[in-house]
Amino acid sequence: MNAEELARIQFAITIGFHFFFPSISIGIGAIVLALETFRLRNLHGKAETYDRAAAFWTRFFALTFVVGVASGLVMEFQFGTNWAQFSTFVGDIFGAPLAAEGILAFFLESTFLGVLLFGRGRISSRVRWFAALMVCVGTLLSAVWILIANSWMQTPAGYEIIDGRARLTDFFAAAFNASFVPRYLHTVAAALTAGAFVALGASAWYVLKRKHLSVARAVLPVALITAFVGSAGMFATGDMSSKQVAATQPAKFAGIMAIYSTASGVPMTIWSLPPTQDSSNLPQGPELQVARLLSFMTFGDWNAPIQGLDAFPTQDWPPITMSFLAYHNMVLLGTLMLLVMAFGAYYLWQRSVFRRPFWLRAAVLATPLPIIAIQLGWATAEIGRQPWIVYGVMRTSTGISRIVPPEQIAISLVLLVGLYVLLGGLWIYLARKELGHGPAPAPDGVDDAALDELPRPEPALRPGTTAA
Amino acid sequence: MADNGFLQAAWFFLVGVLLVGYAILDGFDLGVGMQHMTTARTDEERRILMNSIGPVWDGNEVWLITAGGALFAAFPKVYATVFSGFYLALMLVLAALILRAISLEFRSKERGRGWRTTWDLAFFVGSVLPAVLFGVAIGNIMRGVPLDGQGDYAGTFIGLLSPFALAVGLLSAAMFLMQGAAWLLLKTEGALQARARRTALVGQVATLVLWVVVTTWSRAEAPALWDRFGLIPAWLAPVIAVLALVAFPVLVRRGRAASAFAASSAAIAAMIATLGIGLWPNLLPARDQGASLTVPLTASSDLALTAMLIIALLGLPFVLAYTFWVYRIFRGPVRLDEHSY
Repeated sequence: MNAEELARIQFAITIGFHFFFPSISIGIGAIVLALETFRLRNLHGKAETYDRAAAFWTRFFALTFVVGVASGLVMEFQFGTNWAQFSTFVGDIFGAPLAAEGILAFFLESTFLGVLLFGRGRISSRVRWFAALMVCVGTLLSAVWILIANSWMQTPAGYEIIDGRARLTDFFAAAFNASFVPRYLHTVAAALTAGAFVALGASAWYVLKRKHLSVARAVLPVALITAFVGSAGMFATGDMSSKQVAATQPAKFAGIMAIYSTASGVPMTIWSLPPTQDSSNLPQGPELQVARLLSFMTFGDWNAPIQGLDAFPTQDWPPITMSFLAYHNMVLLGTLMLLVMAFGAYYLWQRSVFRRPFWLRAAVLATPLPIIAIQLGWATAEIGRQPWIVYGVMRTSTGISRIVPPEQIAISLVLLVGLYVLLGGLWIYLARKELGHGPAPAPDGVDDAALDELPRPEPALRPGTTAA
Repeated sequence: MADNGFLQAAWFFLVGVLLVGYAILDGFDLGVGMQHMTTARTDEERRILMNSIGPVWDGNEVWLITAGGALFAAFPKVYATVFSGFYLALMLVLAALILRAISLEFRSKERGRGWRTTWDLAFFVGSVLPAVLFGVAIGNIMRGVPLDGQGDYAGTFIGLLSPFALAVGLLSAAMFLMQGAAWLLLKTEGALQARARRTALVGQVATLVLWVVVTTWSRAEAPALWDRFGLIPAWLAPVIAVLALVAFPVLVRRGRAASAFAASSAAIAAMIATLGIGLWPNLLPARDQGASLTVPLTASSDLALTAMLIIALLGLPFVLAYTFWVYRIFRGPVRLDEHSY
């Protein structure tokens, strides 16, 4: 393998592994903030329960956050190590959001996480809530800056090229480039969903096992509402995102949707065999399409024309099979997630959610779905951007470090993969242990009281509703 | 538009400030890790060491991340050349810092002896390696490195390991050991504190000796660094460094822990300032071949530097304010409880 391929594999593995953790911690951070708020407000007189719930999920947050920090260090420096020509070319624009992320977000989240984790007994109840707020704000702000940087690579704006280097000409145009807002909203919705699914899955499991019931019953509604709103939000923001891609990155759009020739009234493919790069030997088989829907979804007109790959030179095509598969599987997973959460939201509204073992089991099984969907979403965005490192401006092949020999990249790749396997394995082991152990036990047997309430069938207020 | 020399100098200074912040703050974290196996002997003592930095190490590490980001943003070519040129060394630093981070979080999650000893060693290695390698990198920047026609590193990995660079590596390790021990004077009591005191004194002697050696040696290895010191005010920084280093053992012996920590921090800041003065206007001097990467040659556009300066001036006062506040919350010796590592 040559240096470019090795560097790309290393980048893909590093970002893929890294993003697993912040996406969970953004969502868990929001849930911790909600729990801290309920604790402070003494909601339903259950301050003590919310206190234990918040402490438990804060510990889980910290475990996840630290692996995110550890793997994120590699992200910060690998632009320089592996992509030196890219770094030189874009530093004027791309570096600023990275520096701002440190000053305006990383300091905030890591400093206040220390307060949240170690401050008990040293700070007041209000200060603890404030620390939770700052951690949550910090995670959301860090996503702003990194997505400004990443979106600029998708839809560069506010710059000119002088002496082979991009120079900033308009800060706000560069920051609020065409893809930033839809991609930020989509990513945050996805991250909230990912964290919420973890909290929901664990709480549902506790309810099924009749363990830690007071905390599980306090957390489950918060997590479920977040997961439902997040899942629905992913479709709304995903729609914004795909409209943006169609408008500003038409070759990427054609690749993701596997549209080979420009046409009007283009159908939407729900499922098909994986398409190939070369349209002359496409696999023949069953497929599920909705006529004209893609044209309508993208341009609001059932007959709108969509540019196919034939409108672009072949060397500008993205890898079609991979971006198609990543995108379509992401949408399928998103649909499944929304379906499960829609049922859950309905049961919650009906006040029967704790007596739905089938749904609770589904919620447990659904725990990793958003995390997988997020990986597929990033793959869609980044593979779809190829062959460009800065869309339409700089090719990926010209962005690498020219002086780093492939052997050194291979050595570091082995080192990093080894570390990631260790980190990932330990995280899974410790997360399972932590979740299995559960929150601190309730004083005075409150959990038993919660158990008493649980299996009691609802009075027959609604005809046709039966306890599961 | 003519490039604004003031803006560029401001960013040279600010990157320096971020590095000083890192060296003072994460410096004591690394120093604590370096003496994890010696100053602390029992399981409880090791937990005290880890918890002495528990609430703050993560925020301290952000100074490095931010310095990296600032270097990328303000002097992209230098960021690109240094990190691609020092490739394997940097990957080792990253691997070590990853180990350090997770050993802090993971160590006390299991009770087994093997588990804890493994993470103790990981914490130690994850602290020593960056402490030495940061110095090696600085040593290479002092000597200069061979650069090719496009300003990229033209040497080899072994070429980075010159005796002079290794000596600077030892110096940075000694400096952080002293700083870590000074921190532990504030955070420990009794026998543990007595051992930290001895470590602090050893660290101080090693720092002073190595600094004199490196400084003297630099007349031969990096003579250009001395050019700036024709001006008398430039001597302020090394003089402060010497005074702080000499005051340190006196303060330690008198039990003035807070002042000792301040003296150690001042010494570190002054030593880095001395280097910064000598380096200006170079960021990465060329050695044997190529043209040095200087501030005016590699600086980003005025607009980018202005935008970042606004962000930094708005953001850093808040960072300093809440960092100071958090250190106040956690002041005093460590007490272990059920929320500790």
